[in-house]
Order: sequence, then C-alpha cells, then structure tokens
Amino acid sequence: MQLPDAELAFKNLAQQILAADNKLFALVGIHTGGVWLAERLHQEMASALPLGTLDVSFYRDDFDKIGLHAQVKRSKIPFEVEGAHVLLVDDVLHTGRTIRAAINELFDYGRPASISLATLVDRGGRELPIAAQYTGVELAIPADKMLVLQREKSGRLSLVLHDKSLVE
Amino acid sequence: MINRNPQLNDNGALQHLLTTEGLPAAILLQILDTAESFVGVTERDVKKIPLLRGKSIFNLFFEPSTRTRTTFEIAAKRLSADVINLNIAVSAQSKGETLLDTVNNLSAMNADMFVVRHSQSGAAHLIAKHVQPDIHVINAGDGSHAHPTQALLDMFTIRRFKHDFRNLRVAIIGDILHSRVARSQIHALTTLGVPEVRVIAPKTLLPKMVERLGVHVFHDMTKGLKGIDVLMMLRLQNERMKGANLPSAEEYFKYYGLTPEKLALARSDAIVMHPGPMNRGVEIDSAVADGKQSVILPQVTFGIAVRMAVMSILAGNQA
Repeated sequence: MQLPDAELAFKNLAQQILAADNKLFALVGIHTGGVWLAERLHQEMASALPLGTLDVSFYRDDFDKIGLHAQVKRSKIPFEVEGAHVLLVDDVLHTGRTIRAAINELFDYGRPASISLATLVDRGGRELPIAAQYTGVELAIPADKMLVLQREKSGRLSLVLHDKSLVE
Repeated sequence: MINRNPQLNDNGALQHLLTTEGLPAAILLQILDTAESFVGVTERDVKKIPLLRGKSIFNLFFEPSTRTRTTFEIAAKRLSADVINLNIAVSAQSKGETLLDTVNNLSAMNADMFVVRHSQSGAAHLIAKHVQPDIHVINAGDGSHAHPTQALLDMFTIRRFKHDFRNLRVAIIGDILHSRVARSQIHALTTLGVPEVRVIAPKTLLPKMVERLGVHVFHDMTKGLKGIDVLMMLRLQNERMKGANLPSAEEYFKYYGLTPEKLALARSDAIVMHPGPMNRGVEIDSAVADGKQSVILPQVTFGIAVRMAVMSILAGNQA
C-alpha cells in the first residue's frame, strides 16, 4: 500500500491552521508523534504561549485490558488552561479514544474556552463522536493495520504501516 | 519455575510488591519513571486521576502506623480507588481470628489490592501466596524484613537530587539490625548500580554477616562519612529494642547522632534523608533535620507519587 508523504501532509495541515488562525491557540501535543508535530507547528505559528504535552496513559479506557503503558511520560501544561483556546495535536486519528482521554485530562487542569483538534492523518474507524477541525490527509486503512508516524534523526517525518498482530 | 520470584507473574511483570530483593533493575526503574509522571499529577489543581476507579484497596495494618497508612490512603484516593482502612491490631485479631481468615473475609468483599503492615516478617508473602490471582499485595513493612515502598521513594529522592546512581557513595546510618527500611534500601541501591554502599553503626546494631549484602561496614562516623554523597539516617527503634543494645540515647547521639559537625565530614553537596518519624536529638540534630542539605520533606511528597506508581502498575498487571 502506497502511503502519502508525511512532510506534504504536514505542510497541508500547517497551512490550514495558519489560514484559520483567528484565535490565540494554546498548542498541546499528544505523546509521542503529536508532540513532534506540535513542536513544529509551534515554531511556524510563532505562538506566544508555551507548548504543552500530554501523555494520556493515566486516562486511557483500556487500562483494565492491557495495564499501564511501560513508559509513561510526564504531562506538561505550562499555561493556564482556564479560558484558553486549546489546539490538540495528534499524529493519527482512528477510534477517537486517545482524544477522549486527552480531553478528560485537559479538564483536570481547568476549563478551556474551546478545544480543537489537528491530526496529520485521519484513517477513519471512529468509535466515538470525535472529529478533527484540521486534517493533513485522509486515508482508509484496514482495521488490522497500525499506522505509525516516524521521525528520522534529521527530523524528517514518514508514515509506516504495521500488522497489529505483530505489535502487541 | 520452582524458584521463581513470587512477586512476578508468568510474563515477568510485577504481580505483588513484597521486597526489593531480587527485583530486576528494569522494574525498579519502571516504578521510578512512572512515579515521575505522578509527581506531575500531584502538582496540579485537580490531584486525582480516574485510573483505579471502581477498585477496592484495603489497608491492612496489623501494626500501628499513621504516616505510612496515610500516604497509601492518599495515593489510592488520588487514583480514584475506594480505600478501606482496617486497624486490625484492635479488631478481629484480638478476637482470635487468624491472619488468613481475615484475608479470606476481605477477599469475599471483592478486594482488589491489600496493603499490609505486620510486625511479623513474611506476613505479606504469606498473604500473597494465599490470595486469588487477581488480587495484588503490597508490603507496607513486615517485621524487620522489608519495606519496599519506603526504599523506592528513597531511590526516587536520590535520583531527583543526584541524577545518576552509578557514581554515588551512599551511607546508611543507625539501627541496621532492626531496620526493614535498611534491608530494602541496600537491595535497591545495589540493584540500581550504586558502586559503594556503607553501613555505619555500633556493633550491637548490626546484623551478623551484614557484609554479605555487599556493603562496607564502619563503626565510626568520622571515617564512614568521608566522601559520602547521600546519608540515609535510620530511626532508633526503641520499641524494637529488646534488652540493652545501647547504654542510652544520649550516648548514642554523642557517637552516631548526625550533627552539623559530623555532616561536614561528608561531601559538601551531600543530601540527608530520613524515613521518619525522627527522634530529634537521638539519631539526628534539629539543625541538620531542618537544614539546607535535608531532603526529608521532599521524601514524604515523593512517597505519594511512588505509591501511586506501584499501585497502578500492579493493578494493570494480570496473573
């Protein structure tokens, strides 16, 4: 299966956000791929607010099934969430469960004025009523495949496809 | 498989936390890393996360302890678990119910986790062997055997202030003989790669053949504190002293009490730790306990994050 160029998808995503940038967005990247994207967007938008990062492991709904992720990173929200216009950034939007967890976690820091979502890839397969306001590229990926964003040492982004059975 | 570690499940993941002895460094580090993320949670306005919602955690304290029980209770509540505190020293046991009967009864009330403090060494192991595979056991101190969560929060504190275990000289000072904390600390420190662990104590407060644990023995603070990066003080356990191990508390303070003068023998950037509760003027001088090099209160704060990490890792691992 031919996967789209992640760099082109990112360019497309960044253009949409910059064009629609009528609010002072507070950027929050979701670990790990979302943080890479949010770092880049943060630079391009020259945002005055510091960048936030979330590791949603403590808010996931599959804890009872698979336990705690072995490497939980620390969430860092270095701005006042209360009243902020938050732009959540993630690499792949699939079931919507990660975004649900991220929204719940954000509300434990305060009541934002709004939360929007930017995703590099929307691969369909939603299990919750969640949609992205900004999407780099839409792709139909079979349910048994896992789409992963990778970052090379040079910083270049690329997409790879794994079989789910091989991952867990 | 006969000699396998009773703390680990078939996948090598942590099923119970009973002792730091024999735990691989990877598991110790996983707990410390996870705790780092929980420190972030405890610094927020909303200090609670939904991870253990619907789980029931029983604090089984067969030996009185306000501090340890409270930190476990706070940790469990911050994870949204339901916490039931049982002070068994004054309830069923005094009516003659056996330890395992008590555990059976509580298991029948759908307990998910037991936090056990007992004056008898091995009590938590006994319970862990007895319970159904979906129940997890945390040892919160058994006799003079082990106190793994205290040792882990000590390791967390050391890493926070000293960053790397592999170039440290650590001294454990005081009543090693009766101390479950010291035993758990020694195992954790050596597993994490601390190259030099010393114990400093009078002969009467050292277990026989303590060198076998891989520590260097000193009886003299002046020699023992030289070049030390981390001082781990122990409480003089008056309630565990049988017979006359010591002439008097004053005499002990004179030779082993940590005063600013003795602390000056260690490295100038050394940190001072104490598991609490402190006997001021016995093992530690107030000027040191409240001084710049003391990290005793951060230890208490980190203790909550470390216990949150242990509880959530255990609850997520299934036998």
